[in-house]
Parts: sequence; C-alpha cells; structure tokens
Amino acid sequence: MLNMFTHARRMAGRALVGAAALALAGGGVASAQETIKVGVLHSLSGTMAISETTLKDTVLFMVQEQNAAGGVLGKKLEAVVVDPASNWPLFAEKARELIAKEKVAVVFGCWTSVSRKSVLPVFKELNSILFYPVQYEGEESERNVFYTGAAPNQQAIPAVDYLMENEGVQRWVLAGTDYVYPRTTNKILEAYLKSKGVKAEDIMINYTPFGHSDWQTIVADIKKFGSAGKKTAVVSTINGDANVPFYKELGNQGIKATDIPVVAFSVGEEELAGIDTKPLLGHLAAWNYFQSVDVPENAAFIKKWQAYTKNDKRVTNDPMEATVIGFNMWVKAVEKAGTTDADAVIDALIGVTVPNLSGGFSAMMPNHHITKPVLIGEIKEDGQFDIVEQTPGLIVAEEWSPYLEGSKDLIADWRKPLSCGNFNVKTGKCGGAGQ
Amino acid sequence: MTSSARLFRLPRVLCAALALLFAAALVQRVEAQDISGPLAQLTTNKYDDTEAALGALALSGSPAAAGIVSALADGKLVFGGTPPRVFIEGAGGALIDPLTMQPVTDAPAVKPVRVNNRIRRAIDAASGALSLVSPDAVKRREAALAVGRSRDEAALPALDAALAKETDPKVKSAMNLARASILIGKEGITPAERIAAVELVGAEGNQDALAILRSVPESAAPEVKQAAAAAIEGIERNLAIWGMAQNVWYGLSLGSVLLLAAIGLAITFGVMGVINMAHGEMVMLGAYTTFVVQEVIRTSYPGLFDASLLIAIPLAFVFTGLIGVLIERTVIRFLYGRALETLLATWGISLILQQAIRTIFGPTNREVGAPSWMSGTFDVGHLAITFGRLWIIVFALMVFFALLGTLRLTRIGLEMRAVTQNRRMAASMGIRTNWVDAMTFGLGSGIAGMAGVALSQIDNVSPNLGQSYIIDSFLVVVFGGVGNLWGTLVGAMTLGVANKLLEPYAGAVLGKIALLVIVILFIQKRPRGLFALKGRSIEA
Repeated sequence: MLNMFTHARRMAGRALVGAAALALAGGGVASAQETIKVGVLHSLSGTMAISETTLKDTVLFMVQEQNAAGGVLGKKLEAVVVDPASNWPLFAEKARELIAKEKVAVVFGCWTSVSRKSVLPVFKELNSILFYPVQYEGEESERNVFYTGAAPNQQAIPAVDYLMENEGVQRWVLAGTDYVYPRTTNKILEAYLKSKGVKAEDIMINYTPFGHSDWQTIVADIKKFGSAGKKTAVVSTINGDANVPFYKELGNQGIKATDIPVVAFSVGEEELAGIDTKPLLGHLAAWNYFQSVDVPENAAFIKKWQAYTKNDKRVTNDPMEATVIGFNMWVKAVEKAGTTDADAVIDALIGVTVPNLSGGFSAMMPNHHITKPVLIGEIKEDGQFDIVEQTPGLIVAEEWSPYLEGSKDLIADWRKPLSCGNFNVKTGKCGGAGQ
Repeated sequence: MTSSARLFRLPRVLCAALALLFAAALVQRVEAQDISGPLAQLTTNKYDDTEAALGALALSGSPAAAGIVSALADGKLVFGGTPPRVFIEGAGGALIDPLTMQPVTDAPAVKPVRVNNRIRRAIDAASGALSLVSPDAVKRREAALAVGRSRDEAALPALDAALAKETDPKVKSAMNLARASILIGKEGITPAERIAAVELVGAEGNQDALAILRSVPESAAPEVKQAAAAAIEGIERNLAIWGMAQNVWYGLSLGSVLLLAAIGLAITFGVMGVINMAHGEMVMLGAYTTFVVQEVIRTSYPGLFDASLLIAIPLAFVFTGLIGVLIERTVIRFLYGRALETLLATWGISLILQQAIRTIFGPTNREVGAPSWMSGTFDVGHLAITFGRLWIIVFALMVFFALLGTLRLTRIGLEMRAVTQNRRMAASMGIRTNWVDAMTFGLGSGIAGMAGVALSQIDNVSPNLGQSYIIDSFLVVVFGGVGNLWGTLVGAMTLGVANKLLEPYAGAVLGKIALLVIVILFIQKRPRGLFALKGRSIEA
C-alpha cells in the first residue's frame, strides 16, 4: 500500500519534472544552462544534526568560494539542500528527490553507515555520484560512491601502532558503542593486535548502548584491567553523546592520560566543545586532519571559514576537511571530463589529486578511496589537539581489510577493464559488479 | 628505531640525574651551575629536546630548576624572541626571567613550551623526586607515592638517602612501600629481601599492590614466587568482596539518578495521572538553567563559581515550575481524563521545547563545569567513592524527603492529596481544585528542573538530554507503584542496584535488556507495581 503510494507519487514527480523540462525548453533554457546543481544530503534536525549541520555549511561555503573563482565549466554552481532529519529511509527518498527531481550533478552527504547503505540503491539505479566524507568501517567499494573519509587502516591501525611504539602499551581495552562501525573496527583491530603477538587475555572488548550515560562500572573495570602490571590503553569507538559522561567518569575516577591513555576515533574538535577538557589533558584522538595543523593552507582555510560563518570561534574538523577534498576533486574531475555527466566524471575522478589541508596532496585511488596522512593528537586544555605524530607519507585505504577472513582476498578497482568493487583474487571472479 | 631506543633510555638518564641531584642536595653542597644549555634546548619545540632538558636541569643542581619544572607542569613556561629564550609567564602574562626571577622589560612574542604525555611523566618523576626532600611532610609522602608508582630503580639511592633522614612515621611507611615496590622487580637482590618486599606490598591489599606483585620476575626464586602468589590470592579474595560492595555503591548511585529523574514524574504522572511525555524536557530545562547561571557567573562573578549549583537549584525549580504551570493552564487542564490526547499533546510540547532550546542554544552540547567540592574521590576501605556521585545521592534523598514532607505536612500538600483522592468532595469542601492542579503540575515540573541541575553534572547538556531519561522515569514510577512516593524510592534503588549487579556479568547491553525483561515479568505478576495503592482513589 505504502509502496504503491510512493510509486504513484514518484510517477507524479516524474510527470512534473517532465512538464517543467518542457516549459524550460520553451523559455527558460538560458537559466537552466547557467547553473550546475550540487546536492547536499545532511541531517539538519534530529540526533545527527549535531554533527551533520557543519558539513552542510561546509558545502555551501565551498560552492560560494568556487563561484567567486568563476564556477565550473563557465557555469555557476547552485547548492540544493534537503533535510533527511536523521531518518534512514528518508535519506533514500531525499536522495531520489535530489537526483530525479532536482537533477543535481553530484551529492555530498550522509554521516552514519546506515544512511549510506540506505541511499546506495538509489545512486546505483539513477547512476549518480555520492561523496561520503566520514571515517567508516570499510568493507565496501561502490561505483557511484567516493569515500573521502578514512578506512580503518587510515585511522585505527596507525593509532594502535603509535601507542605500541611510543607508550609501550601491551594491554588493550577496545570500547565501543554497539553498532556496525565499532564492531567491524574492533574485529579488525583484534585480528591486527593478535597478529602482533598480543595474547587474547590482554584484550578486553566492551560494547555499550547508544547514549550510555552511567559509566561507573565500565570505567572501574578498565581500571582493574589496567592493574595487571602491563601498560594499558583504551581504544575508543564510543559514539557521539556517550563520550561526555565517559570522559567525565574517567576524570572522576582519577584515570589520567599518563596512566591509561584513551585514543578515540569519533571525538574531534566539535565534540570537545561541550566538555570541560582539563581532566582529559593528554588523551588522544586519531584523525587525518586537526584544526591545529600548522601549515599556511590550513590557516588560510580557517580564516575564510570563520569569516564565512561570521564566528571567530567556529572550529574545523576532520569530516569537514574530507568534504572540502571531495568537493575539490569533483570540480577537478568535471573540468577534466569537460562535462558533469556521471559516467564521464566517475571515470575522470580516479587519479585526480588535490591539496589537502595538512600541507600535502590527496589522490583518488581506483578503489574510490583517497590517500591520507594519519595524525595523532593529544587533547589540550583549550579543546584543541596537539599533534604528536604524523605518518611520514600518505596511506592508501584498504577498503577490504586484510585482517578479516571474509575480505582478505578481495580488492576493488574501478578502472576498465576490471571495473569491480569486490574482485576476489583467489577465485578470479568479481562478486559484485553490475549488481 | 633510534627514537624508541632513546625513549627508553631517557627516563633512566633523567632518574640517574635526579638521584645525583638528591645525593648532592642531601649533603648540602648544591652548586649552582650554568643551565643555559638545557634552557636553549627548551626553545627548540621538540619533545626529545624538552625531555633531555628536563634531565639536564635536574642534573645541574641549579636552584632555578624546581621553578622551571613546576612552570612547565602548569603550562607557564614559554619561549620566544631572537635568539629564542625561555621565560616563566607570571600573573597577567608578564614574563619573568627563570634565572633571576626578575620581570623582563623587552618581552618578545612567546609560545608555550609544548607538553605531551611523555613529558608529563618526566615532569611527574622530576617534581615527585624533587619534593622527596621537601620540608612539608604531606609533599614528601606524595613524592614517595609518586616514586613508588614510577618504580624506577635509578630512584633507589635518593629514596634510601631520604629514608635515612625521615622521622615522620607516615612518610616513612610510604617511602618503605615505594622502596619495596622498586625492589620486587629489581635484579640481583636476595630472595629474603624480595620476600620482605612482597610482604610489605602485599599488606597494602589494593589494586596497585596487585599490579606490582604480578611483576615479580620469572627468574625469581621459587619461594619468592610462592609468597607472591599467596599474597595475590589473598588480595584477590579480599578485593572480590569489596568489588561486590563497589557494585552496590554504583547501583545506589545509578538509583539516585533514576530517583531524581523519576521523582517529578511521580507527582505529575503518579499523583495527577497525567501521562507527561514532556517530563524529560523539564529536566533538560533545569540543566540549561544551570548552564545559564554558570555563564553569568563566569563572565560577571567568577569568585562565585563553587556556589553556582546552589544558586541554580532554586532558579531551576522556579523557572521549570513556572513553565509547568503555564503548560498546565494552557494545555493539560483541557485534557484531564483523556489519557491518549494528553500523551500526544505533551509529546508535542516536548518537541517544541527541544526545538526551542536547539534554536536558542544551538544543537551542540553545552559545557557545565563541576564545582571543586564535587570533584575528586576518597576511599572507604577499598571502596572508591567519588564526591560528585555522593552529593547526587544526598541531593536525591533531600529532594525526596522534602517532597514527602510537603505532601504530608503542608496545607498545599494536604489539598493535593485531597484533590487526588476525591476531586468532587475536595471541591465541595472549598478547595480550588483548578489552582491545586496547576500547583501540583508546577511542583512536579519544578522538581524535574532541580533534577536537571544534578544531571548536568554527569550527562550531556544538549537538547536531547530529556529523551534519555523519559523511558527510565516511567519505568521507575510504574515499577514502584503509581501514586506512591516510597514506591518510587524503592523502585529506583532496586532498578539501580539490579542493573549494576547484572552489568559485570552480562555487559551493559545485555544487562539492560535483562532488566527490562525482569520488569515486564514483574508487572505481569503485579500490575500495580511494588507498592500498590489500595482503595477508591485508584479507580477514580
């Protein structure tokens, strides 16, 4: 019943678009030719608004900058913003609206993995392009999606390496919120740690529900686990809101970063804005960008961003940088292809290289992921990060983790003639192309 | 490779240096030396250099060393100028020369010397060891504990020297313990010495002792290992019992949070029968009141910060109480007796309030600080109790008994009970039932606001704050028995303790599920909750 209804509405929508196109063909061709539409698919209300609103502002900012620089292919860009309201099925509906009705050339959007999975079929069916700017669990490579956030080997594994080498950590607590990203990341980390000779009894894995607020028992357990005479660290994939009470409890129970450091993959400048950071001094985060990166490119970007938002305290963060990189890559690919046609741009994107904000360059690889430097930062008193380690070179994403049974034989390469997101090198077969 | 090798070597160098320093200090032959080398190293902005400089500073025996180390610990050590020099940042940003302690006249632009975990540990070791000879006994004891924690063999000579001079028995035992902690892992001591150390550490009986005992080297004599194993077993048995007590404490603490969240609802839902879905938002408004109070205090009266919560409590009560009265007068009074409509209307109100707060304060979390009297922990036996949690329990009980007193002993309480029990009879006795309804709803809302002040200390202050408590609040009130305040108290504490006793075995996710299943089964058996109200009122 519901399906019929949406289908009917879709048909009506198509009819309308058709009518509009006819009308345009008659009189408004000029205006249609002048702009290229860019879709923005980020939640502006509901629980994810806290994180995604910033990314919407980032795309609008980039569009304004690009237009000031003359637009793309001689045309102005026009941002079309929709609000999927942290509602996963609504993401798919809004994606369809952007592509089919608004005829956008590209979409920047999604934050959670479940929202990305929800829009995937729409992008495949209508053959459009999605830029996804958030670190995620990997195990995916799709023809229509370009992943500008980190795969696990571009964030989690370097962070663990840092703790092993520099802090001499031998015992590990893998603490996360109970959903797909922490579970997959922890599975990869567990396999990785074991491959490095860490024994099973030196790994403690703990999951908590979304928004968990009473951390007394778990923090006490961590303290107990840490008193086995070996240096212990916590690798945290705890998501969003649950972090504040977690860090408060760490402070309350007197766990300092010099005793048991916590390295987090979901805590950035924005999240720290709501916490008194004094008790967190020295705890760590691993990202591919920090606001405190001390290079002229970043300083210039922050200055322009704060001027655009008219707020000289507005922070920048890693997913913002990933959005900026994705946007610049798309512009470059469109100019290379000379058209906004999806097939041409998808082919042109591979190999495109643009400057990132940490003073280097990021390239789009054939697996639709980008190369990134990995930075480790310690939390400072002012809520910013002091960068204590930076990988010397760029790291190529391993979209299929070599540490997981199901994915270690898979590779993704979207160049012709392979054009496959999950090619099994053992069987020589492509498991998913053309699906 | 080189960097990690250096990393392991440096603390040793540092400690050896410190040991030399103390040996020198103890024989009262401190020679002020040239420390321009290490000072220059502090200006390179590299962690390796900073760590080396710390070691060299300690070795120098310069009287300025202690001041420089403590300035570094406080983030007050800065550098700048050409050629770069190091300064101590004094009050008001004035720069002080670390050698002469005189203000600098030609102050250049400066940056703080960077500190990370590695440097912080080096600072701890340095300043801990520096105060082993402090005239203050408390500081000496802390220093001994710090040295014991660092367990560095190089600190042993300094410790022995300090021990020989020590007269205070408390400090002496701390130093002995520190010495034993170091000796347990040391190579080349006799089994008898090691056993003595094991016994000394084992007598502590806490988790730290456990960690030290577990590090008895593999090469140790069998009798030493036996002694250590026996000590470990004893401590573990003892700690298991304390662990149960700790879980019960956590449970009471969680229970007090549930009680605070639910107690306002016990009035609006329990006493009045209004299914109040906006209850959580009243809690949220109370938390935001705390935020506003703290902002005003921060900008205008910074000296009052420790009193910010005490000021926020009555303000939150009055503010959310007024909002509650407003909601009752404008919406709820038209819906009495129509449960479904009330549910939808209050749900709508909750969305409006959330979005209003989101518009005014933004979607991100707001920072509410903890006053100093709510920070820190103290030990009862092996039970670690945090002040914040303790005060929340005390506050929850105070609110509970104050509310109980209001209902039992005051005129408005009497009228509330009269209206709840028999509205028409109460009206015919001359009670203004409309006014009592508004006051009751206001009271329930005000109490929720006060709960928000306390919850701002342990949770996110965000527009979504209330949502996370609404389910738990209903659970507590229904489980405890609708309309019965004592039921709410017992219900909250039971759920809290049960949750915390389940959690270590089942994990946080399964524990919560198990608890919900238990409550559902319980409600099947006793639909009216733990303490069912008897008599006519429940049918009315």
